[in-house]
Amino acid sequence: MNRYFPQGLPRLEPAGLDGWMVRLFDAIDEGNMPWLTALVRDCESAFGDGLVDLVPSYTTLLVVFDPLRLTPGEARQRLVELLQWLEPDEEAQDAPVQELPVWYDASVGPELSRLAELADMNLEEVVACHSERSYRVFALGFAPGFAFMGSVDSRIEAPRLESPRRRVPAGSVAVAGQQTAAYPAVTPGGWNLIGRTPTVLFDRDREGFSLLRVGDRVRFVPIDRAEFERLGGDPRPMEEGA
Amino acid sequence: MTHSVNGLSVTRAGPLALLQDAGRFGVRRLGVTQGGPLDLHGWAWANHLAGNAWGTPALEVTFGGLELVAECDLVLAVAGADLSMTLDDEPLAGWQSLSVKVGQRIAFDAPVNGLRAYLAVAGGFSAEPVLGSVACVAREGLGGHDGQGHRLAKGDCLKVTPRKASTGNEAPREEQYDYCQSVDLALLPGAQIGEFSGVSLFQAFNAPWHVDDRADRMGVRLTGPRLHCRMNSMISEGIGLGAVQVPPDGQPIALLNDRQTIGGYPRLGALTPLACSRLAQCLPGQEVRLKAVSTEQALAAYRGFRAGFA
Repeated sequence: MNRYFPQGLPRLEPAGLDGWMVRLFDAIDEGNMPWLTALVRDCESAFGDGLVDLVPSYTTLLVVFDPLRLTPGEARQRLVELLQWLEPDEEAQDAPVQELPVWYDASVGPELSRLAELADMNLEEVVACHSERSYRVFALGFAPGFAFMGSVDSRIEAPRLESPRRRVPAGSVAVAGQQTAAYPAVTPGGWNLIGRTPTVLFDRDREGFSLLRVGDRVRFVPIDRAEFERLGGDPRPMEEGA
Repeated sequence: MTHSVNGLSVTRAGPLALLQDAGRFGVRRLGVTQGGPLDLHGWAWANHLAGNAWGTPALEVTFGGLELVAECDLVLAVAGADLSMTLDDEPLAGWQSLSVKVGQRIAFDAPVNGLRAYLAVAGGFSAEPVLGSVACVAREGLGGHDGQGHRLAKGDCLKVTPRKASTGNEAPREEQYDYCQSVDLALLPGAQIGEFSGVSLFQAFNAPWHVDDRADRMGVRLTGPRLHCRMNSMISEGIGLGAVQVPPDGQPIALLNDRQTIGGYPRLGALTPLACSRLAQCLPGQEVRLKAVSTEQALAAYRGFRAGFA
């Protein structure tokens, strides 16, 4: 299986007293994710109580262990053994596509027109372009439940705003570079906003808390304002100067 | 939680007082940060002196300005920074347990030595865990005394589960840190260390660094010679506690408990947990030095520290 990985990988890198960084790949690719989700699963069973946290991201998995239960050397040895037998998680590969309804509209997506301008398209074409393909969740971070998804059609890639907004409304659907995301809560943010989803992405009372997980597949489904409101969305436009 | 009563009410809030247990674990893959006490050493001693088990929620008081009134008789202990504490206007000594009667006033004024004091009550503060922890993270709106990640505000009342405990317990002299003394921060070299220039590596471990005023629960920026790294940025990856990242401006940032879960700047390595604790007590302008240590040294120091606490 090691032939699948680039030269010199996978590699274990020191990450403090309680961590190892498992570097599997050197480039962002959807095909990385079944390997990462498989390694997450294997670590959970191999480390048991000695496991503190796992942070999968595009090409790596940070494994955080309890240094009272394991020495860094022991943790490393376990990881070496896991990597020898690692096989991609086929279930994750074929995971059902989760649908996120989105009301694409200039009142809640002020950069819809910017993307259209950059791509030399009309607004409907931008919406079609963003919603016709499914995306893979590459990483969660920045805020609880914030999923970095990719990759968007190269025609609607757009650089981050020069100056980030202080308050991006919860549910805002956005594009930055090759990536797309939906903001789970009100936070500052510099991505291009193109619409809003009524779906609650992070809920402390829900089993598992976050709707999206690394490795998930997601598709954005255009809805109109009436449907957006029926699903509980907040249709208020962006605040002035936000 | 069954016998919780009103323990301490807030009559003056100060800039930042937060309830913290050991931290929020197992949810970092969802983008949820760790939280917990910035100075694990001071927090652990406050709980230990109050007779509490490891992990019991205690109050982290940053800078001072906080005044509390006891709503019931309590045994408590304050450890960590000396924020010129008083009990009914009489000096209140840190690093020991004492009893407080209903109606007495506990005040934290301003930093004399260190930056963050920890107040533990015997039996512990009671709060509803959120995502498995009461660690208060304001940015995420999680945890704390109200579950919503709020810092203490005037009029708040902290619930406690009081328990009898002995008074007069005192931490050994050598554990009562003098935070004004010069600081060597133990650092475990990381994977990108070879990407820094030779001169930068020499400077990193030999030059004095100064704690910047851009310092909070997410991280502490250090100012000094500009470090040069061949990599400007990387694909974002998980960030451990104490990771020392170096953005293109060459000024390192030590990432602490409320750091973002992933990031893409190259790292010199990671401060040890105890070095993070020590850094968290430094005031802006204070001089620190980075000192490379081996994993064996760091592990022995950490296990030695933890062995003292049940």
